[in-house]
Amino acid sequence: MLIKIPKKSQLLENQVTDERVYTERRQLLKSLGYIGATGLLAPYTANAINWFDDKESMRSSQTKLDYQQAQASTDKLTPEQKVTSHNNFYEFGAQKHQPAELAQSFKVTPWQLVINGEVEQPITLDYDDLFKRFTLEERIYRLRCVEAWSMVIPWVGFSLAELIKQAKPLSKAKYVAFETLYDPSQMPGQTSRRLGGGIQYPYKEGLRLDEAMNPLSFLSVGLYGKTLPPQNGAPIRLVVPWKYGFKSIKSIVSITLTEKMPPTTWNILAPHEYGFYANVNPDVAHPRWSQARERRITSGGLFAQNRIDTQIFNGYGDEVAHLYKNMDLTKFY
Amino acid sequence: MSTAQKVLLLKLTIHLCALGLLVEQYALAINDQLGGDPVKAIIHFTGIGAFNLLLLTLLVSPLAQRFKLGFLMQTRRLLGLYAFTYASCHVVNFLAFDLQFEWRFFLEEVFKRPYITLGMLAFIWLIPMAITSITWFKRKMKGNWQRLHNGNYLIVILVAIHFYWSVKSELIEPSIYLLATLFLLALRKDKLKRLFQSLVKYRKNTSTCR
Repeated sequence: MLIKIPKKSQLLENQVTDERVYTERRQLLKSLGYIGATGLLAPYTANAINWFDDKESMRSSQTKLDYQQAQASTDKLTPEQKVTSHNNFYEFGAQKHQPAELAQSFKVTPWQLVINGEVEQPITLDYDDLFKRFTLEERIYRLRCVEAWSMVIPWVGFSLAELIKQAKPLSKAKYVAFETLYDPSQMPGQTSRRLGGGIQYPYKEGLRLDEAMNPLSFLSVGLYGKTLPPQNGAPIRLVVPWKYGFKSIKSIVSITLTEKMPPTTWNILAPHEYGFYANVNPDVAHPRWSQARERRITSGGLFAQNRIDTQIFNGYGDEVAHLYKNMDLTKFY
Repeated sequence: MSTAQKVLLLKLTIHLCALGLLVEQYALAINDQLGGDPVKAIIHFTGIGAFNLLLLTLLVSPLAQRFKLGFLMQTRRLLGLYAFTYASCHVVNFLAFDLQFEWRFFLEEVFKRPYITLGMLAFIWLIPMAITSITWFKRKMKGNWQRLHNGNYLIVILVAIHFYWSVKSELIEPSIYLLATLFLLALRKDKLKRLFQSLVKYRKNTSTCR
């Protein structure tokens, strides 16, 4: 349980602009013709002069989901607009704003997700299965990036354990390996070093089987009540809230149960900076970022007071600390 | 157009671009219109802006020589001062908006992270350069003035490494900056060689006169 005493300057839930009002206001401005003018001035400037640039076009590709709503969270949610415009998805560009711009034509249908490896019952899920095979529920999780920022996001999806159980893991299975789609024709970062930041593709991640079976491990197919937009990992992504964000692999096409610890993308690139476990830990600094504090991405601009202490396991210690009981977390970072 | 007019026009343009962009970015950041993370955005903008301006100051004299545009030299101080302004904003942004004035943490970061240490060294050297840019100092300091301001050659190298070191994996942009830096320094290889030799000689002298 994370107990927080809100600062006076912090916004309350009831001060948040309702999404409907927000969209309507955009609509109004749009009908007044601002969009046309700014569009002409700077169609692709990401940070300057996009005051009225809404993300209408990408919303249209998202559909509403049926799900069990989460209990209210004590954390203030990160605005949806920021969740969908501030993304690390190097397949669509290494800068935070690029995925939202370059991923919009990404095709998620048809989709195939295979669950195989050391299992008795390999499974293949097609696009519709992702949404129909399990009862969808909403979970509000804190997402902590190794770059020392964090968000609070209402995901919609199902527990990873449920899926793995259906595949009936064999006793040999010790780890779970995940892979992102490899499709350079759709994901320009996979062939362009300039866009893709020079990391190896397809993106790979992994968990120990007991981590994957932990009730917190979640496969998300949506956020804010709608299907995931491509920049957030449509159609299906992993969410492991006690680990740094890069573990939460996006646009998954395969889940393979293995005997040996699988290679993982950031660990291959810089093993001294990114370990296999990547548990959020304020006491173990990254060479470039102290992990003691984080900046919560909220609304409010430059003067928002949003710097908070980082919790061990991102505040989920009660649920996951037992997984690492006899491990030296400074060594297995 | 007379030279004075040319210089005036050029200086006005520099003011308009450098100050205008800075004000615009801060206005956007304050109103939360600078992408998902306005704090990081403004830190990066001022950092890269300072570096751009530093490189511009180094570009002035080769351009002036090559194309016989002597009046360009009169814009160098202004560019340098804007580089200092941007660099100051960069440091203040980090302290004020990222660390929210946790001074102890700021000092820790400066000493613990080599890339921040380098950036800070570069910034500290810029301070006396900015102060002595007043003509009165230039006259007073004579040869020492040039010696102090030659520090710029070291500063750009520090800044280039600071940038290269600060990124996670996307090395292309910092590599281009590093190359541009080396190119601008290579244009001055004779001068740099002389500086280096006089430094060596100076050290020899001091050691024999002990």
